[in-house]
Amino acid sequence: MDLPLPPVLSHYLNLTIIMENEKNHIIPYRTFLYVLALLITLTLTSVAITQIYLGTLTVVLALVIAAVKSSFVLRIFMHLKFEQKMFSIAVIAVVLILCVVIIITFLDYLYR
Amino acid sequence: MNTTPEIHRDDLASKTGMWFFLFTEMLLFGGLFIVYSIYRFRNAEAFHLAAHELNVAIGTINTIILLVSSTTIAMSITAIQKKNKKLALIFLGTTILLGLAFLVNKYFEWGEHLKEHIYPGSAVLALRGQGDVLFYGLYFFMTGLHALHIIIGLVFIGVITAMIYRDKITSDNFVLLENSGLYWHLVDLIWIFLFPLFYLIT
Repeated sequence: MDLPLPPVLSHYLNLTIIMENEKNHIIPYRTFLYVLALLITLTLTSVAITQIYLGTLTVVLALVIAAVKSSFVLRIFMHLKFEQKMFSIAVIAVVLILCVVIIITFLDYLYR
Repeated sequence: MNTTPEIHRDDLASKTGMWFFLFTEMLLFGGLFIVYSIYRFRNAEAFHLAAHELNVAIGTINTIILLVSSTTIAMSITAIQKKNKKLALIFLGTTILLGLAFLVNKYFEWGEHLKEHIYPGSAVLALRGQGDVLFYGLYFFMTGLHALHIIIGLVFIGVITAMIYRDKITSDNFVLLENSGLYWHLVDLIWIFLFPLFYLIT
């Protein structure tokens, strides 16, 4: 096609092509099964670790494992790995907002 | 129904809308997690003792149930993309059954607490002190709100299942199935943090 397309239209066409490609992205069943095996292993690990009393370290380890588990749920189950970057950036922004609020709240309680 | 070729549909916008709703959910539970950590910080001893009374075995089983149900709903999207309607319906049916199993476990778990007269506003609980009142108040509110999300998710998935059965959702129009999956994964995600905070960290 040598017809010059108006930029808006060609942009729209590109977008539909991108969207169609994404729609065709099929994650194989076995990927989900691998992730499930990993998530269950991590769950059992965190149960085992917290049965041993390690003080503050227990809390840190349990939360780190929870964070690792959620990153797999977000990236694979919730397809963030295969979506446009926009979605991942937005999720990271929400997590950062939460972290900032947690830090400010704790600074208030610690140094009041 | 939607057979006219010029019908407008924007799956990306639909998914974006769902994600924005999920962000409000994340902040809702995030706020509750902050309340929990502050109260825990101020009543460390009471929270430590109270958390020991929760049943780690039931908590672990429920965690695994939710993880498996998340996997089955994710696999139902693969099935619908491969035009395998029957398998998609089987996966969704499994997801609903697992969600119900989670609620049944919760029923027995809460039943145990109620038998011991531990519930918000109980006189027995009040005698045990402020820390216990705060711990169990948050425990019942947060796991209760989470269970409410499970119930909403089950209704949502039920509707989607019926739509697939009636071919309203097909291999070239499944954004609603994806959105119900996103909601269900979020419920799983919240439990991933609720479980260590209430059951494991003592």
